[in-house]
Amino acid sequence: MSTPGALKTLSGGVYLGMPAFPEAARTSTHDARLRANLRRATHTIRARRADAVAELEDWPRLREAGKRIKDQTLRHLDRYLLQLEEKVTAAGGTVHWAADAAEANRIVTSLVRATGSTEVVKVKSMATQEIGLNEALEAAGIAAYETDLAELIVQLGQDRPSHILVPAIHRNRREIREIFRTQMARYGRPAPSDLTDSPADLAEAARVHLREKFLRAKVAVSGANFMVAETGTMVVVESEGNGRMCLTLPETLISVVGIEKVVPSWRDLEVFLQLLPRSSTAERMNPYTTMWTGTHRGDGPKEFHLVLLDNGRTATLADEVGRQALRCIRCSACLNVCPVYERAGGHAYGGVYPGPIGAILAPQLAGVGGTVEASLPFASSLCGACYEVCPVAIDIPEVLVHLREQVAEHNSGHRLERAGMRGATWLLDHPGALAAVERAAAKTRALHPRTLPLGPAKGWSESRDLPDFPARPFRDWWKANHTSEMSGE
Amino acid sequence: MSSREQILARIRAATETAPEPASVERDYAETHTPAGRAVDLLAEHLTDYRAHVHRCGSDAQLAPLIADLLTGTRLVAPPGLTAHWIPAGLDVLCDDPPLTPATLDSADAVLTTCAVAIAETGTLVLDGGAGQGRRVLTLIPDHHICVVRTAGDVVLSLPQALGRLDPARPLTWISGPSATSDIELDRVEGVHGPRRLDVVLLG
Ligand code: SF4
Repeated sequence: MSTPGALKTLSGGVYLGMPAFPEAARTSTHDARLRANLRRATHTIRARRADAVAELEDWPRLREAGKRIKDQTLRHLDRYLLQLEEKVTAAGGTVHWAADAAEANRIVTSLVRATGSTEVVKVKSMATQEIGLNEALEAAGIAAYETDLAELIVQLGQDRPSHILVPAIHRNRREIREIFRTQMARYGRPAPSDLTDSPADLAEAARVHLREKFLRAKVAVSGANFMVAETGTMVVVESEGNGRMCLTLPETLISVVGIEKVVPSWRDLEVFLQLLPRSSTAERMNPYTTMWTGTHRGDGPKEFHLVLLDNGRTATLADEVGRQALRCIRCSACLNVCPVYERAGGHAYGGVYPGPIGAILAPQLAGVGGTVEASLPFASSLCGACYEVCPVAIDIPEVLVHLREQVAEHNSGHRLERAGMRGATWLLDHPGALAAVERAAAKTRALHPRTLPLGPAKGWSESRDLPDFPARPFRDWWKANHTSEMSGE
Repeated sequence: MSSREQILARIRAATETAPEPASVERDYAETHTPAGRAVDLLAEHLTDYRAHVHRCGSDAQLAPLIADLLTGTRLVAPPGLTAHWIPAGLDVLCDDPPLTPATLDSADAVLTTCAVAIAETGTLVLDGGAGQGRRVLTLIPDHHICVVRTAGDVVLSLPQALGRLDPARPLTWISGPSATSDIELDRVEGVHGPRRLDVVLLG
């Protein structure tokens, strides 16, 4: 049995053949229903998050601690990874190292083959999406079933995720019912014939459809939110219980985790388990968190494999401005406050990492050589709202500006002109987006990056007599160059 | 060079000239609430996340209370569970030899204790100790009843809980029943884990 189609990904998690951001955004901004869904969703989560964060008066100190723990970890990453390897091994696990996506996929494929199983159940994992694992397994005759509800919707709909936390945010309940009614039967237990579009009914259909897969699964593939070097403990944070099913029932568990997910000590979890749920789902604590250390006799998988993934992370680490992106705990708060994301949607970013974090992560993981990657640093107006909400204080605008310079250095002008000017064009075509960006900017002025690009980008813009938009607010540039009125939405 | 050596070498090359980052100051709060409020806060926060909370003054009243909560007769009882908590007349499923997933799927409920309960977040943590059993026991049955001994199990905050837990054990943190907001952000209780969570505060 094959799995629903997967899309080919490049090494940095960008889909092959995707248009650059501005073109993709042009399509999505014309989809009124998508925009309405996104607007409602992002505003809802945004408000809930603010309430959850306001409950903790020490939030700024937790945030600073989170940032510093990650910086310390990254500075001594070799030491912590070796300690992690030692502890996981001592607890009965096996550690593998994968330099890139192809190697990680080879390792996982051969581990699954060794079990004799031709199917795996999967817990939602950005890392396995980044490397295109489902497609690699499918090519090897192994069916990979996504078990997170939203990922199931995306997989059955032969679609792409559009948000880190709620990947099917672009689908409404009627579309989901149609996907379940027409697709579930192809991969297992069909949806009931009287399926309604109430979320409770749809969740029940997913429960029943997936239960037979959980109960028979021999192999599971997961990611992890944190790995504790001191103890070898893996942490997976989730809501639905599909994670618990995958992490507990199968005989073999394979976790593919980016090397930046390690934290030094057990105690460090007290910081991240306060920062993550409130930033992500706006809850005091998410419904389920599973922690395991190697294998546990008589409880859960008998075999545990940890695949440590580089795939561009060490290159990112070498960049003194860009390396802060590796602090990311994938909470998605930056997506929900981003005026550009809200209007363009997750698909416009062309890869598995959408929104502000995607705009700085994808170009670093894969390099700025590709058209999509080169366009992403321009998919922003540097308003700073993302920095303000980020629980590990990643200065996304600073990295964006820095990457714009890199794009300029990488290309001797021509491709930059395309990517940069299209980025500018997209925002200028959408005055509503620009107005919102500026409203946000007014509120966060103090947080804006203080270092502005000099050097190549500046030189380039002067020599070409083009706007130095990385350094100036759009409206200033716009006013200086145009006379037409700017209207709201 | 193996990938392991290659990755480690790349990390060293990337970081060796980087300055030492600021050291971690743990100046955040250890708790956010006065100690006397722990049990009430736990009850409030569990209820917020749609767990059903019940108070029980004494050990002897536990069995009748649990009998009231049950909707069927097939109850999973993990090893080490206090025998007289279990109401009479039930079909008790013991995990020795280990119950199969299919048998667990046919159970009506599971009754457990917990290792620690966190008031500020409304969280129960199970560590596989006495009265808790294997992780799968609280996963497959659709109804989980958890007894929290207010005298010893409850801490205020997450930092306090981590200090009491042993990372060498398999840990399951539970904050309310399984839930999803994947469809238009409408919260639905119960996807794969137990759809009903009853918490009995004992003592
Ligand atoms: S960049 Fe910050 S806000 Fe965005 S997903 Fe990562 S941790 Fe969350």
